[in-house]
Amino acid sequence: MSDQIEWVALSVFVFFFALVTVMGFFAARWKSGPATEQHLDEWGLGGRQFGTWITWFLVGGDFYTAYTVIAVPALVYAVGAYGFFALPYTIVVYPFVFAIMPLLWKVAHANGHVTAADVVQGTYNSRGLELAVALTGIVATMPYIALQLIGMGVVIKAMGLTGEWPIIAAFIVLALYTYSSGLRAPALIAFVKDIMIYIVVLVAVVLVPWKLGGYGAVFSAASDAFAAKGGATGVILKPAQMLPYASLALGSALAAFMYPHTLTGIFASKSADTIRKNAVLLPAYTLLLGLIALLGYMAYAAHIKVDTPNDVVPALFKALFPSWFAGFAFSAIAIGALVPAAVMSIGSANLFTRNVWKSYVNPDISHAGEAAVAKIASLVVKVGALAFILFLPTQYALDLQLLGGLWILQTFPSLVFGLFTRWFRAEALLLGWAVGIGWGSWTAWSNGLKPLATINIEGVSYVFYVGLGALILNIVVAAVATVVVGLISPRSVATARP
Amino acid sequence: MWVLLLLPFVGLLWVPFFNFAEPSLFGFPFFYWYQLAWVPITALLIWLVYRSRTPDEAQ
Repeated sequence: MSDQIEWVALSVFVFFFALVTVMGFFAARWKSGPATEQHLDEWGLGGRQFGTWITWFLVGGDFYTAYTVIAVPALVYAVGAYGFFALPYTIVVYPFVFAIMPLLWKVAHANGHVTAADVVQGTYNSRGLELAVALTGIVATMPYIALQLIGMGVVIKAMGLTGEWPIIAAFIVLALYTYSSGLRAPALIAFVKDIMIYIVVLVAVVLVPWKLGGYGAVFSAASDAFAAKGGATGVILKPAQMLPYASLALGSALAAFMYPHTLTGIFASKSADTIRKNAVLLPAYTLLLGLIALLGYMAYAAHIKVDTPNDVVPALFKALFPSWFAGFAFSAIAIGALVPAAVMSIGSANLFTRNVWKSYVNPDISHAGEAAVAKIASLVVKVGALAFILFLPTQYALDLQLLGGLWILQTFPSLVFGLFTRWFRAEALLLGWAVGIGWGSWTAWSNGLKPLATINIEGVSYVFYVGLGALILNIVVAAVATVVVGLISPRSVATARP
Repeated sequence: MWVLLLLPFVGLLWVPFFNFAEPSLFGFPFFYWYQLAWVPITALLIWLVYRSRTPDEAQ
């Protein structure tokens, strides 16, 4: 890529960035009642009042992140069909959301819970399990925020700006309006971000194939390129890739709504019905994601050559779009990074405040005190993510985000099973969580941080997503341990203790 | 009705069923248009379940 500054694109970019900055600060007064009481429900959940459309934009905006727009086409460009697992993943997630999340919302709403760890503590009355869920959420989210910065950095670089200062500046702005407006800022900005992304993608998926000779030409160019490249690539899956593909899709779908940022969107909605309607409406974003993924193939038809796959989307836009529209597209991606980064830092800050600070430092904290602690925590989380990008190799963020997915998935039994049964014991769930995280991390680590595990059964080896394997192990351990704990200390005796 | 929610899992996770290039549609190999088609189908299935369930008590 050229290092020349693209002035037209940059001007468009600066305009939109300034627009959302103003909106971010203005958001503090948006939909706030006359008595703006200082309360974590206000800062951290936007007042628990978001209806169907706001929730649609907010969850769409923070689930389909800027990094998705960069990384999914990059993976499809690099390996082909295998990178498409994001499509079945973001489809099967919605029947799950429809069935489970309204139940979770009801529990949270009835008890004033703000975080997943609140729900777990409320269900099992176990400080240990609460802390495990809270720390998992915070640790899994940090590298995810860092990835949003990487996504933003990629488009800023494409406009010819070099050095670290543009990202630092963008992040300071983000940190300030998140501090002052809380969840209302990303909720309001999500409208702009999502509409911009829809415009960019719809234009891209019509205009680009038209310039390149149609989708048939796009797929055959990609197919030829993969045939020349060889290895485990191609426009359909190799037989050995089918199980990894399906298990990655399923495991990712089960993990998706365990993250603090997605759960924050759920808990901030007005009613259980809001969530159900969103399970029907949110797949519209998945269609968009499927089309975005195809940008990876269009790059072959457009004869784009890049050093790192992450540059493929910006390079394609620069090659095929006029400068002003490329600037518009880059703004959409960069603003697309701000929304999830804000919600992620708010979700982590809520966890820290409710389940670390309140539980261990100051149990008598007031509502206003909670809001104050959470605001500071959101700044710390963002500075941490920024330091991550500035001082450590980019690869660390990618590896940790991948491990984060497998870690957050291990909170699934603690959070979800309690909605249906009280049979599991807290100690057993904690042991299952520890075994799942331990086995999963060790397996991923020993495979050179590939998210796949291999087992041999009767001479046939099966390769699957390590997170899903760890979850199954986690559940088995939790079930066995529940039986064992039940034998050692029967429940009636345990609950009868003073 | 709730069993409809399982159909996307069956349709999308049983990969050998759709891992083909042909028949293609508008230039899209089967693998791609089949999975993309599941997006509106899934939304429709969830909507059908939503319609059939008894509404929540007044909130």
